Amino acid sequence: MCAVRGLTKTYPAVRGRRGVPGTPEVRATDGVELDVRRGEIFGLLGPNGAGKSTLVRQLTGLLRPDAGSVRILGHDIVRHPELASRVLAYLGQESTALDELTVALAAETTGRLRGLPARRARAERDAVLEELGLGPIADKPLKKLSGGQRRLACFAAALVGERPLLVLDEPTTGMDPVARRAVWAAVDRRRAERGTTVLLVTHNVIEAETVLDRVAVLDRGRVIACDTPAGLKEKVAGEVRVELVWRDRAPLEVPEVAALHARAVEAGRRWTLRLAPEEARAAVATVTGGAAFAALDDFTLATPSLEDVYLALGGAARQGLVRT
Amino acid sequence: MSVVPAEVRPGGGAPAASGAAADAAGLGPRARLWPSLAAVYRAQLSRARVARIPLLCVAVFQSVGIMIMMRGVVDDGGSDARSVVAGSSVVVVAYVALNLLAQYFGQLRAGGGLDHYATLPVPPAAVVLGAAGAYASFTVPGTVVTAVFGCLLFGLPLGNLWVLVAVIPLAGAALSGLGAACGLLAPRPELATLLGQLGMSAALLLGVLPADRMPEVIRLARDLLPSTYGVEAYARTFGAHPDWTFVAGDLAVCAGVGVVSLAVATWAYRRAAVR
Ligand SMILES: Nc1ncnc2c1ncn2[C@@H]1O[C@H](COP(=O)(O)OP(=O)(O)O)[C@@H](O)[C@H]1O
Ligand SMILES: [Mg+2]
Repeated sequence: MCAVRGLTKTYPAVRGRRGVPGTPEVRATDGVELDVRRGEIFGLLGPNGAGKSTLVRQLTGLLRPDAGSVRILGHDIVRHPELASRVLAYLGQESTALDELTVALAAETTGRLRGLPARRARAERDAVLEELGLGPIADKPLKKLSGGQRRLACFAAALVGERPLLVLDEPTTGMDPVARRAVWAAVDRRRAERGTTVLLVTHNVIEAETVLDRVAVLDRGRVIACDTPAGLKEKVAGEVRVELVWRDRAPLEVPEVAALHARAVEAGRRWTLRLAPEEARAAVATVTGGAAFAALDDFTLATPSLEDVYLALGGAARQGLVRT
Repeated sequence: MSVVPAEVRPGGGAPAASGAAADAAGLGPRARLWPSLAAVYRAQLSRARVARIPLLCVAVFQSVGIMIMMRGVVDDGGSDARSVVAGSSVVVVAYVALNLLAQYFGQLRAGGGLDHYATLPVPPAAVVLGAAGAYASFTVPGTVVTAVFGCLLFGLPLGNLWVLVAVIPLAGAALSGLGAACGLLAPRPELATLLGQLGMSAALLLGVLPADRMPEVIRLARDLLPSTYGVEAYARTFGAHPDWTFVAGDLAVCAGVGVVSLAVATWAYRRAAVR
């Protein structure tokens, strides 16, 4: 369906101007290889700045790679970027082009520009707005909607005028649970009925674990792993995630706590540790007794998530993946 | 890195879907020029109606204000009065088509909005012409109100006002083409806004003030500005026996500039949108 080989893109350094600091050269994607199969929900997971958007912008023909190839349904997208718009629908991270249109007109116009005849565009618009529960706000301009509603409206526009591949860059950002469910239901329906393939960008671990068939973990422009969520979690199956939240500061004077400190990922008052089961038991015993307990606010034990996989694989970012 | 074996079946397997005109290679339909131009036009016009009405009012007030000011120094019905009225009317077109369109395309480009169009199979000309056409049509009520008010104020005949039917679209084409090109070529959105505003100011000063009292350089600048020909065409029609050949000649200049500037804008769009 979609085959990516050796895809590399470096953003040139930008010299600073008055008041605007310059940026160094960034290799945003670095020899990326991917194979997305037909009918699959394939995810790109990585923290902010990992290069996910840069990667999908090269797949959609928006950005020319420095090196490498992209083939979608056999079409060479690097040489013929104009074909991308006829094999895929893209939901980018920006909504600027649609902001001042009403939800209904945004969906209808997008359908027309995807080559649908007028009557068909109107019919599909109505069906999609109904499906996503956007009927009540169909006549409101996108600008007047909340972030999540606006995102859902843009998603609706991406669905009008069907394409075999949907490329969605963080589609559920800002959405409430109802809207998210509507998105996943719509995606599932298209896959079941028409064999639609979905390439989904996310930095949300829970989303990645629940909706994806396979996921490529991206870090600093490289694919550091690619498998099913369950297969990836196998890599850290022997481990337990321990989270400790301290009241105001960690009691480092307790030697066992000091020893744990060396292995913890710290985020404010929260420590996250990946430990072998016996180690986890010992750690819990330490912090739930004696001096450490007085300083402890909360703790949790959990089986590992894709976030642990990311860290275990040497992922560099300590923040940027979310679990909400 | 784990690379999963490719599922190589270019164009093979079951046909992509029930899709309208999906061909064998899984390609969806392309949007044709006129239908997509109409769709962009309609969307842009509704955008302008939602967000730009206050700005159109500003444009009208500005022109009406200028005419009231000039009323003190210009005689009724004379050739100066004609240029003032014609110039003020065309300034409304310049304000919207040149200034606001430059601003719009500048912001669209900076905000990543062109990606939306670039990932749809739509001809670049449809996007540019649709937006330019919508902005030009949006000026119609403001231009007509300004023209009627000006005629009444300076005692000019209303009989040939129909010529606006040609002046607005042709001056509109020339000015919106320039506006779109400025917006799409300017490296930063602030610069696009600045260019649009400068163009509008030039149209204002060079179009409204009677030309024969100006120094040579300014006359030259005036001749280079496409809105001038719209103003001249319109001003000529106030006479008792307008020379329609000259009117047509001026409008032809507008049309020519329109064709060139819209072609440049389309080229600029393609350059900005398609990597
Ligand atoms: N237009 C650009 N110019 C220069 N650097 C960029 C540009 N876009 C992104 N980058 C940089 O490339 C890296 C990857 O960015 P991006 O692909 O947006 O990541 P993600 O979508 O995973 O958050 C980041 O370091 C970012 O700062
Ligand atoms: Mg991104």
